Amino acid sequence: MKRLTKVVAVVSAAVLATLTVALGVGGASQKNVTLVLYSGQHVQTTDALVAGFEKAHPKVTVVVRSNDEDIFDAEIVAEGSHSPADLFFSENSPALEYLQQRGLLAKVDASTLARTPARFNSPQGDWVGVSARVSVLIYNPSLIKKSALPTNVLALANPRYEGKLAFAAGETDFQPIVTAVLQAYGKKAALKWLDGIKANSNGHVYPDNETIANEVNRGVVAFGVINQYYWYRMRAEIGQSNMRSLITYFAPHDPGYVLDVSGAGILKSSTHQAAAQEFLAFLVSRQGQEIISHSISFEYPVASGVTTAQPETPFQDLKPYPISIAQLGTGAAAIALLNEVQLL
Amino acid sequence: MTLAPTESPTSLRRDALESLSPPRRRRRPKVLLGLSLVVVAALALPLAFLLIEASGAGTSNVWHLIWRTLTATLLWNTVRLTVVVTVLCAIIGTLTAYCVERTDLPGRRVWAVLVVIPFAIPDFVVSFGWNSLFTWVAGFRGAVIVMTLAVYPLVYLPVAASLRGADPGQEEIARSLGATRVSTFFRVTLAQARRAILGGCLLVALVILAEYGAFEILGYQTFTTEIFSEFTVGFNTASACALSLVLVIFSIVVMMGESSLRGTGRVSRGGPGVQRVLTRQSLGRAKWPVVLAFSLLVLAALGVPVGSSIYWIFEGGAHDLVGESLLAAALHTAGYSAAAAALSTVMALPVALLVIRYPSRWHRLLTRTTFLVLAMPGLVVALALVYFSEQHADSFAYQTAPMLVVAYALMFFPLALVGVRASVARAPVALEEVAGSLGVKRLGVLLRVTLPLIAPGLGAAFCLVFLSCVTELTATLILIPNGVQTLATQFWAYQQNLSYGQAAPFALLIIAIAALPAYFLERFFDRRGVRSHDQPRPNVRVLSRSVTT
Repeated sequence: MKRLTKVVAVVSAAVLATLTVALGVGGASQKNVTLVLYSGQHVQTTDALVAGFEKAHPKVTVVVRSNDEDIFDAEIVAEGSHSPADLFFSENSPALEYLQQRGLLAKVDASTLARTPARFNSPQGDWVGVSARVSVLIYNPSLIKKSALPTNVLALANPRYEGKLAFAAGETDFQPIVTAVLQAYGKKAALKWLDGIKANSNGHVYPDNETIANEVNRGVVAFGVINQYYWYRMRAEIGQSNMRSLITYFAPHDPGYVLDVSGAGILKSSTHQAAAQEFLAFLVSRQGQEIISHSISFEYPVASGVTTAQPETPFQDLKPYPISIAQLGTGAAAIALLNEVQLL
Repeated sequence: MTLAPTESPTSLRRDALESLSPPRRRRRPKVLLGLSLVVVAALALPLAFLLIEASGAGTSNVWHLIWRTLTATLLWNTVRLTVVVTVLCAIIGTLTAYCVERTDLPGRRVWAVLVVIPFAIPDFVVSFGWNSLFTWVAGFRGAVIVMTLAVYPLVYLPVAASLRGADPGQEEIARSLGATRVSTFFRVTLAQARRAILGGCLLVALVILAEYGAFEILGYQTFTTEIFSEFTVGFNTASACALSLVLVIFSIVVMMGESSLRGTGRVSRGGPGVQRVLTRQSLGRAKWPVVLAFSLLVLAALGVPVGSSIYWIFEGGAHDLVGESLLAAALHTAGYSAAAAALSTVMALPVALLVIRYPSRWHRLLTRTTFLVLAMPGLVVALALVYFSEQHADSFAYQTAPMLVVAYALMFFPLALVGVRASVARAPVALEEVAGSLGVKRLGVLLRVTLPLIAPGLGAAFCLVFLSCVTELTATLILIPNGVQTLATQFWAYQQNLSYGQAAPFALLIIAIAALPAYFLERFFDRRGVRSHDQPRPNVRVLSRSVTT
């Protein structure tokens, strides 16, 4: 039985050793300040911004954790005053508004807020707008003609699109459209509209915009609503020769034509407020915005007067529905509607 | 041993029970009970978290939510999927285990490894692979195909282990007494493996209840996808926790079902515990059709996801994404998973010993509660640990490797328990008692008699947990130390960015890492086993050593 004891000893030693290695590799290198950034933004955008910031501020290290922004919301609330996070960077404003409502965000420096047009910032000054995206229709021209596509968002519920519409109810990008429809046409019309969408998208309910873009491009379904940058990213990934889909916009100022703002804020519980403020200032600085403008995430920079360098519709030519950040809120009303028609 | 062809396997086992088992009432050691209670308490943490959070949602809210969500559609979706996949897994898992363990299937040692690996392929890789090849793999049909192929090893592994340990003599006697091959299979072989099959089915059902990633890709709504929507879109932890409680109720129903089928017979071997060479059943003319069936199974379960990963390596575009290196991510994955698998197995040992060696209603109930954790989404377990660490321990160990390891060990504890429990049940208690009567102390008996007897089960437990940890994502994203990536998180990061080309090598490496324990498990069994007369007889050696001490 000595052999068994030996085996047990060897196994436990191996486990301990691997664990030590794992811990050792994981330790952050020693610098003056280490900021922890919870990021719901796309990794390449975040990485590029963090690299740029660390270059400009050699004494500050930024450690990035990536996850879905809504899960970060739940996590930050559970962590409470002990949250290891200093900063939160989200793809959509509702995730930030949710933390702001719970009083978990610190005020952003006025000079930083001033870099971004006020309509893209937190109404309370608790977070700053960094970039933006816009909703579009993606369609497969071999399955549906452009002229047959809806120009008004309510037409998505028209029975003639039955079996043709792809839809991602769980995608955070869709809620702002629901909020806009709710504001433009009222609750009764919005519910009826969602019921129609539910019927039309039967069999083509997907988890996210990436899947919608992919399925429309493959010809599985005729069209769907996504944010513009998914189409450009897909093109960058699979190459122009594999593109079977196109994008187009709703009619100018239609409630389906909505701008989504990505932003960042500082946790009140952070013990590195000054360094965190520097990070936010960098995000909206000319330098930070240039990184976004050249990034293959295809988001629109919104601050310091920088415009996108990517070949897409110029930001100033967009004609989105006029809805404010405050009106978009946390999206709670939209979620309640989606719940009511059992799309969620 | 009495055996007549007319006797049912149950009465056969009951006979074995009476002739073999000494009086059951032995005093349970306090240490064993204490350790088990600690383990059970740790496993109750997520449930406590659910109750605390759900009570914050307000009763009327919770009822409204549950009744709204408990629509006929969701119930029907969840129930029919669970039933169909569980039955399919039981059939595939049992048949493959039988062919590998009891027949002269050509290349059986290779098949034994290949049929286990699919369990370690992340469900999102499987779904993605199938869905990108065949558009009709979606909805209910897709969910059945993908889940069956991903989880049938949960039945295969315990059944294979149980067939290896079971006495082939019983089958031979049945044959010699005139039973046909088919009737022997159903009346003796299946009876020997019944507990293992049921245990495997229980795991399959619970895993399906908690499954999320695959259904998300396949567009199939179950109760769990609903919970995630509540978390991720609704920003509503309280409601999500309330809904999770319904999942807990589902799992209790499933467990009661399994329990009523399980019976109370004992399945320990009649002989002196010595493995004897077994004559493999000749497949005869069925040989090549069976090989073809195995090939198709492996092609579907392993070939499709591997193939689509390789496809993406060549087809995916280049990106400016820089992630953790494959090697570093693989080391982290292996380290965390091995530590968690070891911890889980060690935790399962006292619980299994308690419930098998000192059976009582209360001990069984205690054991059963530990299974609930398997049907809880990883997100819930992770948030529970965050909550308790924040509320009661000043965020001690939060986002450190030990806490991640503990989370894994808790999440997959039932898998470990199944492996350990099955082999403890088969290890004849008489051997332990003989050692005891010869003056060996309790700890000595444990180390020198019990552990060697149940070592295959410990190995199986370790591997099951290891394979599950390698692919875990939702809890990992919350609890992983800062700046560290595992293969699964790095795959996720690339996949989220549509960088399939860069994601694919990580998926392949996950599969490769998973192949290792599957391979060692197979070798381990083989060495212990059944191959030749020249091998020392482990159990006899155990006893003779005990006697000489």
